[in-house]
Amino acid sequence: MTQLLDDKNIHLANFTLFARHATPTLSWVEKLRRSAIARFDLVGFPDAKDEEWRFTNTAPIAQTPFVLAEHDDPAAAASLAADFTFANQAAAEIVFVNGRFSQQLSRVSPLPAGITVTSLATALQNTPALLEQHLARYARIETDPFVALNTGFIRDGAFVHLARNAVVRHPIHLLFLSIPSAEPAIAHPRVLVVAEDNSQATIVESYAGKKGAGPFSNTVFNNAVTEIVAADNVHLDHCKLEQESPDAFHIAHMHVTLGRDCSFVSHAASIGGKLVRNDLVVVLNGQHTDATVNGLVVLRDSQHVANHTILRHEKPHCSSHELYKHVLDNRSTCVFKGKIFVQKDAQKTDSKQTTKSLLLSDEATMNAMPALEIYADDVKCTHGSTTGPVDEDMIFYLRSRGVPREAARHLLTYAFAADITRRIKVEPVRRRLEDFMAAQHGLPQDLRITDLGSHDQAAL
Amino acid sequence: MALLEIHDLHARVAVPGGREILKGVNLTVNKGEVHAIMGKNGSGKSTLAQVLMGRETYEVTGGTVLYNGQNLLDLSTEERATQGVFLAFQYPVEIPGVSTSYFLKAAVNAIRKAHGEPELDAMDFLAIVKQKMALLKMDQSFMNRAVNEGFSGGEKKRNEIFQMAVINPTLALMDETDSGLDIDALKIVSNGANSLRGPDRAIVCVTHYQRLLNYIQPDVVHVMLDGRIAKSGDKSLALELEARGYDWVEKEVAQLA
Ligand SMILES: Nc1ncnc2c1ncn2[C@@H]1O[C@H](COP(=O)(O)OP(=O)(O)O)[C@@H](O)[C@H]1O
Ligand SMILES: [Mg+2]
Repeated sequence: MTQLLDDKNIHLANFTLFARHATPTLSWVEKLRRSAIARFDLVGFPDAKDEEWRFTNTAPIAQTPFVLAEHDDPAAAASLAADFTFANQAAAEIVFVNGRFSQQLSRVSPLPAGITVTSLATALQNTPALLEQHLARYARIETDPFVALNTGFIRDGAFVHLARNAVVRHPIHLLFLSIPSAEPAIAHPRVLVVAEDNSQATIVESYAGKKGAGPFSNTVFNNAVTEIVAADNVHLDHCKLEQESPDAFHIAHMHVTLGRDCSFVSHAASIGGKLVRNDLVVVLNGQHTDATVNGLVVLRDSQHVANHTILRHEKPHCSSHELYKHVLDNRSTCVFKGKIFVQKDAQKTDSKQTTKSLLLSDEATMNAMPALEIYADDVKCTHGSTTGPVDEDMIFYLRSRGVPREAARHLLTYAFAADITRRIKVEPVRRRLEDFMAAQHGLPQDLRITDLGSHDQAAL
Repeated sequence: MALLEIHDLHARVAVPGGREILKGVNLTVNKGEVHAIMGKNGSGKSTLAQVLMGRETYEVTGGTVLYNGQNLLDLSTEERATQGVFLAFQYPVEIPGVSTSYFLKAAVNAIRKAHGEPELDAMDFLAIVKQKMALLKMDQSFMNRAVNEGFSGGEKKRNEIFQMAVINPTLALMDETDSGLDIDALKIVSNGANSLRGPDRAIVCVTHYQRLLNYIQPDVVHVMLDGRIAKSGDKSLALELEARGYDWVEKEVAQLA
């Protein structure tokens, strides 16, 4: 018990420092931070008795004496940014180094009319009323201690505004770089996306990091929160790529609220980090809205990734499709908890959830937990979950054509993941994931699967 | 000269207490010949084909198999394939995420590699593939689709023979390639198989209908019964089986026993 108090105190002390040094700001932000920190103080870090955290041990995080991340290695940041940039394939690219906005590495213009991409700090200055209306209204501090902690330290992050009828074709890239430092450090990135009626955009969040060396061997812990709110007839394509260093902690909450006639597509890939947890909540809050929520996890060694998703159907005539695939090697562990919640009002809901896990080692552990909670009577909801090694029938088929067993295993593992990557429309993300898989399995990098799209629904 | 010599082959399902399925198969296939193996469902035809391809679901408990004079059972599945054995599956496997094009290129190059030949470049590969697609009247879009995914039964069978035509095996084992094909597709597929006939090769066709044999004329017809070749004859045997069914063979065998 004393241990827990100490763990919490690290962050309470950080907050005292933070509050002293943060530039004077709006009173509502001040209030938000203080109530969030009070909330965190009240609940503390989750423990194993907490049902929502049963399979993810946060003790390594709670017990690390984090300081607030600083950024003091521009050369390392520039080189990592060069590796992950979308360059001219992005409409705008806004870069953060250890959670802090980097003017130098970012490019936020020119953008089509009605599209704004800025740092959160700038947005708080320029459009405070808009931010007050939305910031921290969806990802509530009561939901989770990590959301409370992030909200307590709200300062930097990204703000994307899509005005009525605004359309941007190329992706907006939010790139969060983790540069190793001399002390264990924590960053609290915050993203707010406000999409007005009839707007359309593709938004990519990349979390990138490489392992440090020597005295600079401590990877930044990203404790991120993303809120997306869409009005009516909004079309959003969202990708999240987590490819941090193998010793990184990463906890992220994403909360999406959708109005009427929206379509929302999310692809979340976790291929890095040591202890990763992604919570995704999508609220279908208007009729005739469609959400597609896909995920890919590729793990080795003793990596741990937990994806917890909640799809909340609040209104009738909506559909949701969810497909999460996991590839686990060595002693890695993975959790998928997918809840589909259908409100009493939400008649004619059509929802399908599928999770498939490939175990490349006997020592890897998968916990897949689908959960349906349905209060409406006229709905179509299905879920299915499979976990197992590479399919022997497929291996035999390839071997019968002359492909050696090991090569067949590699190819089939690649193909298993390609079932997700081929659906990703953002080319630099798709390519990065395909190259990653090809490299891991000693396959040529021109292994493109070109039958994009036509089987998407069939495979679900 | 014999390409394939099976002597008293026994095989069982490779699980503890697994039942014996092949109970002493004897079969000799010479180069240049086409053999048909007929028999009721469950008589062990597919098991024989799978065992010849090295499927580990089955354990060989006795007998020998010589292929080109060497012990086939000593070779792994991929070695058998690279040495010219090909199985057209009764139930071709779907492989989501792997395009037919990549799959075939991997197969062709694995076989070339095993023979110490350089990999085919994209142009040469494409030239071969185009020719064989024309032979099997297949649409080019096939190449970009995931292997067998969403294919109809007939498309899958045609894809097997297309692969066979590209790989150009020495010993082709065709397992019920005719089932699920309409008459036009049957002609196309037979045409593809016939193009492989030659003095150095052989085809073993497993079927339980005679109609395929109108198009792929067999030199020898065998009847499989409860894990053994119970009777062999020329192609008139196939017609007789079509007319009279299989029961009379069963009785004949019972009398001999
Ligand atoms: N892997 C297996 N496990 C258990 N039984 C099997 C297996 N494979 C085949 N059998 C059985 O062996 C018999 C012969 O099967 P098969 O070779 O497929 O027959 P055919 O192809 O002549 O219809 C059948 O009774 C079948 O159920
Ligand atoms: Mg059969």
